Amino acid sequence: MTGRPGRRGGTSMGDRVFESLCRGAGLFVLLLLGAIIVTLFIGGLPAFREFGAGFLWSADWNPVEGRESYGALVPVLGTIISAILAILLAVPVAFGIAFFLTELAPEWLRQPIATAIELLAAIPSIIYGMWGLFVLVPFVQQNIQLTIGDALGSIPLVGFLFESRSFAGTSLFTAGLVLAIMILPFIAATMRDVFTQVPPVFKESAYGLGATRWEVVRGVVLPYTRISVVGGIMLGLGRALGETMAVTFVIGNANRLPQSLFDPSTTIASIVAMEFPESLMGSLKQSSLLALGFLLFVISFVVLAVSRYLLRPRLKT
Amino acid sequence: MQRRTFLLAASAATASSLLAPRIASAQQAQITGAGASFPRPVYERWGQAAREAAGVQLNYQSIGSGGGINQITNRTVDFGASDAPLSADQLRQGNLLQFPTVMGSVVLIVNLPGVQDQQLRLTPEILVELFLGRIARWNDPKLAELNREVRLPNIPVAPTYRADASGTTFVFTTYLSRVSDAWKNGPGAATSVQWPGGQGARGNEGVANTVRNTPGAIGYTENAYATVNRLVTTQLRNKSGAFVKPEMPAFMAAANTADWNAPNFAADLVDLSGPTVWPIVSPTFVLLPTNPPADKVEASRNTMKFFDWAFKNGGDAARRLEYIPLPDPVHTAIRAAWSNVKAPSGQQVWSA
Repeated sequence: MTGRPGRRGGTSMGDRVFESLCRGAGLFVLLLLGAIIVTLFIGGLPAFREFGAGFLWSADWNPVEGRESYGALVPVLGTIISAILAILLAVPVAFGIAFFLTELAPEWLRQPIATAIELLAAIPSIIYGMWGLFVLVPFVQQNIQLTIGDALGSIPLVGFLFESRSFAGTSLFTAGLVLAIMILPFIAATMRDVFTQVPPVFKESAYGLGATRWEVVRGVVLPYTRISVVGGIMLGLGRALGETMAVTFVIGNANRLPQSLFDPSTTIASIVAMEFPESLMGSLKQSSLLALGFLLFVISFVVLAVSRYLLRPRLKT
Repeated sequence: MQRRTFLLAASAATASSLLAPRIASAQQAQITGAGASFPRPVYERWGQAAREAAGVQLNYQSIGSGGGINQITNRTVDFGASDAPLSADQLRQGNLLQFPTVMGSVVLIVNLPGVQDQQLRLTPEILVELFLGRIARWNDPKLAELNREVRLPNIPVAPTYRADASGTTFVFTTYLSRVSDAWKNGPGAATSVQWPGGQGARGNEGVANTVRNTPGAIGYTENAYATVNRLVTTQLRNKSGAFVKPEMPAFMAAANTADWNAPNFAADLVDLSGPTVWPIVSPTFVLLPTNPPADKVEASRNTMKFFDWAFKNGGDAARRLEYIPLPDPVHTAIRAAWSNVKAPSGQQVWSA
């Protein structure tokens, strides 16, 4: 009896401490994010001032003393193209995995496959890079570029996408492929999780009406889980945009505008990783690299904002 | 009671015996350096040997020449290391003394089916055209004429370069700029340049691997890397018109021909004349503050002690790693230059 008020006092005290700690943590995240953006922007300011808006669409990247000129076009394009390529390659496979695991696979097979997917997500990106360089690059070179690529090169209008004079196997396409494998587990795991959360009564009603498995997935499961599915894809896209090590190994690191998917190119994260150690403090080069970092931030932000906007009307219903 | 005193004494004894070596090792002089990745293997080997022999423990971080210059400018390390020499202005502004430690060479590696190591002959002009993309196939008449006894395959040329900014690229592009105006006014010379064509790969190992995977590829690496991995290298015509194989005597010839009296030891070993000289050789440099603050004087002295030891005893280790030791007169000149490093009291830090 006597201890009770004291304990209650302690609890309310604890409540307050806990509340302020949580609020602090929340504000800290905002502060941290803001600090990073501001640092990148201030660091990149000399480059923005020197090149103006031309920084965004200049394809130059010339660090030679006396004629320094930097532009963001090639890395920005490379980042976006490789990430989109990765999404295009990964989403159908991820959907297949999730569909198989939730609707088709026998019970005993589901757990091993699900674990394998999670393990795929646990592999460090440097391993993907090394594996990509030693295994995937020669494979793409021999079996994809030289056979499929050459055959597709003769298609009018889009043929140029597949026709390249670079035969080393390191290319935008290889980078997209490695990225696709890297983001596959994120998208597949999200899809599987949300597919299993569809109330069985919905699906059973559809089956009762004579729907096939495909019709159930298309008409019931996908509409029910659309938001989470897009969320999973965005998670993958975010990772693909910022991936550094794995891409660096396989993209060919060329600061030239790619003419085809099999040409080497570069990404923002990759060029920053490659050039930062040799850039002098306060130099235009370092400032340009920081400006690129700022642009990557903006791109990621825009991707998130666009996905939110696209989802908004559906969120209401 | 007695027992307790005994225990106390015993534990004190063990503690002191345990602590003693640690104190001793803490008292062993530690120096920290950062910079160029090019000399890392030889600095590490010297560091291992000097720990016992000279009583100096080296902690070297190969973060790249640019990073090394940044760190020594901020004085966060005891010495910086750079592959490219700094200009006299940069040295004066940063109050830095620059001296070379060891030399290395850059060689060309190719992947041409049927072509043996050191068999292919290249001229500077052809090399530039290969990297500019003006020679597109290996059976080009210009190449065929030079290499009558070699059957050159009809495959496309795939130039391969270092994607990460590096001292190796600086040396190689300096050479290309020296031998060709087209290169000088085009891509130019820097730790990374705007390559007109080809593939970038990360590090020596990336270049070597890309060349190995790509028939028709040509790339450049440090000689140490090519030798250890038994890559297919080429001959190159030097300024005197002789075709030279990338071997130690040719590198030594370059070292002996160079003019080491250049200010700040910024000797230029690129494209020297001489019948046996390999044309792409370069020293790597250490940057040492000339005005160490009082608490850094000891570290500064130990840095000089370390390199003094390495100059006296490190030649064989360097040669085993395919680096080229400096000629002895240069060592003497460097020791003389160390007298410019002064403590706040105005006293010379190095006295030997």
